[in-house]
Amino acid sequence: MNWVTKMFSSSIGQKFIMALTGLFLCSFLVIHMIGNLQLFKNDFGLAFNTYAVFMTTFPIIKVVSYLLYASILYHAFKGISLVYKNNKARPVKYAVQNGAANSHWTSRSMGILGTIILVFIVVHMKNFWFEYKFGHEIGYTSYFTNMATGELKAEPMSAEYTQFNKIEENIISNETGQYRVVVVKDLYKEVATEFKEWWLVALYVLCMFAVAFHLYHGFQSAFQTLGINHSKYNGLIKFIGIWFFSVFIPAGFAAMPLYFFFK
Amino acid sequence: MEKNLNLNLKVWRQKNAEDKGGFQEYKLKDISTDMSFLEMFDVLNEKLIVEGGDPIAFDHDCREGICGSCSMFINGRPHGPKQGVTTCQLHMRSFNDGETIVVEPWRASAFPVIKDLVVNRSAFDRIISAGGFVSVNIGNAQDANSILIPKVDADESFAAAACIGCGACVAACKNASAMLFVSAKVSQFALLPQGQPERKQRVLDMVAHMDEEGFGACTNTGACSAECPKEISLTHIARMNRDYLTAELSTESK
Repeated sequence: MNWVTKMFSSSIGQKFIMALTGLFLCSFLVIHMIGNLQLFKNDFGLAFNTYAVFMTTFPIIKVVSYLLYASILYHAFKGISLVYKNNKARPVKYAVQNGAANSHWTSRSMGILGTIILVFIVVHMKNFWFEYKFGHEIGYTSYFTNMATGELKAEPMSAEYTQFNKIEENIISNETGQYRVVVVKDLYKEVATEFKEWWLVALYVLCMFAVAFHLYHGFQSAFQTLGINHSKYNGLIKFIGIWFFSVFIPAGFAAMPLYFFFK
Repeated sequence: MEKNLNLNLKVWRQKNAEDKGGFQEYKLKDISTDMSFLEMFDVLNEKLIVEGGDPIAFDHDCREGICGSCSMFINGRPHGPKQGVTTCQLHMRSFNDGETIVVEPWRASAFPVIKDLVVNRSAFDRIISAGGFVSVNIGNAQDANSILIPKVDADESFAAAACIGCGACVAACKNASAMLFVSAKVSQFALLPQGQPERKQRVLDMVAHMDEEGFGACTNTGACSAECPKEISLTHIARMNRDYLTAELSTESK
């Protein structure tokens, strides 16, 4: 057998790719979080919408996003197949098994937590990614910034309005002053409307718990799989895994639907 | 202080590998808290023999916690409720009067049940045969001080070599993975100069054989290490992962 196939079909090799794709998805969460923080900006969504155009048009980001989709699919389906294979290693189950005595429940539930996250990703991408790229429901909004005072006004365009570029920028002058006019597809408004549905907000918040528990074990586990287990770094890895990826990141994402629901 | 216990035992009975098997209940009276778990089983077996029944088959040998023979899954945990002990070193004082104790064999497709609580752990021996050794020249042993080994490495290697191959790691793991056992056997040589010439090939061969035997993969739950009677550390698994990946990427053979 070719050594590459041999390596990636071995138990350690398969775990190795799970760890690499998992950490890549973690790094994505950081970027996704930083970008989405613009939702909290009080500018009727101008910054967020401009950012959405950049993320869907900039070539390097596009390449990375396809790599990301591939990683999500690989991580999810490889994970499911590993759970199935690992189950087969114990065909007769124990009548009594006290797992809590020797391990954390999150580490024993990665498959089910991951499945919840996969379902969430499908719902999430249908809601925003698909609507933004292929749907017809998201309209355009014009943003007028008074160049002298910096005062910002937003006006929705008519439902039929469409333009060639996702974002168009002009300078106009009239008797009240000079304005920078940005006309852009209004994903912000879609976010704000969607998150008025209580059940969707509840689903998002619940799924963020799944993310939290998945990463509570997953982030640290990835380093162990890569062979990084050393008293010099373990404390830092544990700290980042628990406080950043299992608390801060999911809490930050959960805050977004809640913010729009109560706004 | 000595105290006597009355116990309800639920023990897995299985005639042979083909038999489906099932639990059998036994009541035991006046069991001394100073008895070991296996001595309690001896009492039960003597009772069964006197009554004309079939005694329960279970593995045991040294009964001092170093041979790795005993292998009972007691109340949902390999080697019972205590940390860092084998079943033979587990004493009845760890149980309460009137308690129901469930005893099962190790469960793994790679460890088929032979009879009752006895499982076939030859898969471990075959993994060792695949590479868990050092090739040495015959002749007089070298002077011990001719190869210098740092104390920390010697200690770490010794900690790995403490593995008695009982299989509690496989029994405890939700995936029935043998990673802790194999990593201990890889590490004890990987840390010493004598293990270096065959270091890469050893880890490749042993991991390949571990996979062939049908053990599951590692999810890093840490259950193995928590239940290991010799408290083998997860750092050995990390070392094996490291060694395996670098060996696969750097050996000459394609």
